[in-house]
Amino acid sequence: MITIGKMLRQVLSSLARKPATTRYPFEKAVMPPKFRGRLKFYPEKCIGCKICMRDCPSGAIEIRKVAEKQFESEIRLDRCIYCAQCVDSCPKKALDITPEFELAQLDRKNLVMVTKPDPSAISAKPQATTEKPA
Amino acid sequence: MINSLFSLFVFPGLFFVIFASLAFEYADRKIHARMQNRKGPPWFQPLADMIKLLAKDSLVPEHADRTLFKLMPIVALAAATASIMYIPLWRSSALYAFDGDLIVVFYLLTIPTMSLFLAGWSSTSLYSLIGAVRSLTQLFAYEVPFFIGLLGPCILADTWSLSGVAEYYTKTPAMMLVNVIGFAVSLTALLGKLEKVPFDIPEAETEIVAGPLTEYSGWALALFRLTLDVELFVGASLLAAVFLPFGFGLPAWAAFVVYLIRLLMVVALITLLRTLFARLRLEQMVNFCWKYLAPAALLQLVVNLCVKMFLK
Amino acid sequence: MNRIKIPIGPQHPALKEPENFQLVLEGEKIYEAGMRLGYNHRGMEKACEQRTYLQDIYLLERVCGICSHSHSTCFVQAVEELAGLQVPPRGLYIRTLIGELERIHSHLLWLGVAGHEVGFDTLLMYSWRDREIVMDLLCEISGNRVNYAMNTIGGVRRDLTPAQLENISKSIDALEERTKYYIQVATEEATLIARLSKVGFLSNADALKLGAAGPTGRACGVDRDVRRDDPYAAYADMEFKVVVDNHCDVYGRTLVRLGELMETYSIIRQVLKKIPEGPIAVKAPRKIPAGEVFSRYEAPRGEDVHYVQSNGTEKPERVKVRAPTLANLSSVAKMLEDNYLADAPIVIAAIDPCFSCTDRALAIKDARKGALGVMEWGDLRKYGIEWHRRNGIDFSDLNKRFSKFMERCRI
Repeated sequence: MITIGKMLRQVLSSLARKPATTRYPFEKAVMPPKFRGRLKFYPEKCIGCKICMRDCPSGAIEIRKVAEKQFESEIRLDRCIYCAQCVDSCPKKALDITPEFELAQLDRKNLVMVTKPDPSAISAKPQATTEKPA
Repeated sequence: MINSLFSLFVFPGLFFVIFASLAFEYADRKIHARMQNRKGPPWFQPLADMIKLLAKDSLVPEHADRTLFKLMPIVALAAATASIMYIPLWRSSALYAFDGDLIVVFYLLTIPTMSLFLAGWSSTSLYSLIGAVRSLTQLFAYEVPFFIGLLGPCILADTWSLSGVAEYYTKTPAMMLVNVIGFAVSLTALLGKLEKVPFDIPEAETEIVAGPLTEYSGWALALFRLTLDVELFVGASLLAAVFLPFGFGLPAWAAFVVYLIRLLMVVALITLLRTLFARLRLEQMVNFCWKYLAPAALLQLVVNLCVKMFLK
Repeated sequence: MNRIKIPIGPQHPALKEPENFQLVLEGEKIYEAGMRLGYNHRGMEKACEQRTYLQDIYLLERVCGICSHSHSTCFVQAVEELAGLQVPPRGLYIRTLIGELERIHSHLLWLGVAGHEVGFDTLLMYSWRDREIVMDLLCEISGNRVNYAMNTIGGVRRDLTPAQLENISKSIDALEERTKYYIQVATEEATLIARLSKVGFLSNADALKLGAAGPTGRACGVDRDVRRDDPYAAYADMEFKVVVDNHCDVYGRTLVRLGELMETYSIIRQVLKKIPEGPIAVKAPRKIPAGEVFSRYEAPRGEDVHYVQSNGTEKPERVKVRAPTLANLSSVAKMLEDNYLADAPIVIAAIDPCFSCTDRALAIKDARKGALGVMEWGDLRKYGIEWHRRNGIDFSDLNKRFSKFMERCRI
């Protein structure tokens, strides 16, 4: 049965309902727990096999030796495609993903994340990334 | 002298019309958004849009007729704003009412469509040419039902002046109910004049970019957009004056509030119609207007003539 | 009345991706339609040859945002066939589930886009609001709203928890209610039917001759669906109907896609009921034995075909992707004739175009000689480098960085 204005009832009832808009950035968007956001590197678990470097589709991760059995990682956040293949490939589970996705920076140099194996303080660029508005 | 200058330029003249049009554009967009389950723009959005456009560069295409290109927005805005002088707003007599001002208002409201056509034509861009021709074709479809729909209540009131119509219906409010068909017809034809869905064919964004306004930018585009808003305000005032003429006799501020409510009713109906439908094709629109709208308008005319004869 | 030639694209509000259609108009009627492709060519097939099979999964996923799982699964099926791997049943069921959820996402997106092309913005807003249910669901299961990256060679990467299965079931119920409402709107709203009916007519014979795939063909009565004709993943265990319509116009295509949505809900419910326990992947070798294989998949837009040739190393010899939109584009030229200009956007949108999927090959036209030719890869590369050097751009630095990247992958 062809009518005109079939969506009338739906449209009028929407006037009374709360809009479906998320008021981002005033309302934060919460991502589910296993969301593929920024990577996290655990230097104490890394054995320097470099399988993650071999499997990365975009060459975003680099593992460097700083001392005997101590490795640091440099992850380029602008090259990473957040596929988490390195997380799956790592035999020692030294890489993990976090649900953090607000990674924009004004300067491209700030998108390089270095994680050093110093146990007292991880002097990673993540410190710099907290400068952006929360 | 000062009094007439004030009423021409400030209230209810130019300034009032401009700011009221922006306010009603906000109302239209907000209601449209809420009907689509969205939040909608903040209250200052139309003003911010105008200011942004005025601050931008206005480019004229190479082969375009410069004078015509730049003159058209001004002519359109002037004509649309001038018609407010003859429409009774919240008092039953307009600023400069005279017998026959219905025709003048109607003529003044046709000028923006003509200038849209000339604007598109003088732009010499492919998309504007097609849009200009479409807007003229659409004019042929909705003009006749619009005028006949408006004429019905005037025939019943036995006058050619809009202020006379307002006075007649203030004296006999029951006669308003006779004009229901005419209201529906005029509302639909007004959608065509304002180029809103389902009749926004000249400005079909997904087909011809922006129609006649494709090559416009900067202050010229700002004036054209303002003209479309002023047409909404003036068209809604016209419909409110002819088909919803109540509340004229109240004290000044109460009449103003009732006027705003009447306007809001008409604008809300326009927004509802614009949310519900898809855009029609040009030949479908012309078919619809001549097959259904014009006969309905004639029917209203016949009904009004019969009622008038019955009353005598 | 004289004829004007109007270009739709490459930049146009009607098109979501760059594409050029040259329409010759007489008044409002389209007299002739010509096409130019290639604006989205990114050299993906060549890039696939220089990355390992595992890296290629992620590269091919990004061929298209909406059919990303289709391309990824089609490729992975090809590689598994070459390596002789048997994916465990739970992995196959999860692949099917993600594929069907992607189909829901794609069809709801199409419904909104079709509404927008005919000026029905309300339908756009509502259908895209409901699409958010599917996007959030996929985000919870796979970790991203598009580009799900669920496939790996030998199976899938992530498992589903019982809580997630419950969530899928509830979301499917909500979506089914909404889809029933959209079917009502599509079959009863007068202005929508007026815009969609008798538009973009393609007869059954023409559809078969021009090779129309997917819903475009099924709306013309061509009864072909890879899921039924050549079952892959877990479709052999599923019972579903293939929705075929005889309207042969855009309205028919709308009905086919909405009907397919209802069938998809039924398939997902069967998957949720029948999903077996067990492992989700088998270990895959790095070096794939030599051979060539042809893999087919029913993407939301039609039949997606991947050809993979391997040479015994860990990088493929040749990967060829033929997306369904390429098959449907020749039908568009035929469909546009004898229609009004106002119908051009909806006719183009009715095949659900995805030009990112399509642009894989280029034909070289020499502007001076006007002849069509074919250039070898080596010649094309030399020509490009020379042209840029003449205009002052030197690629040697970029080449050094690229060889460093290649070095790292060979460790």
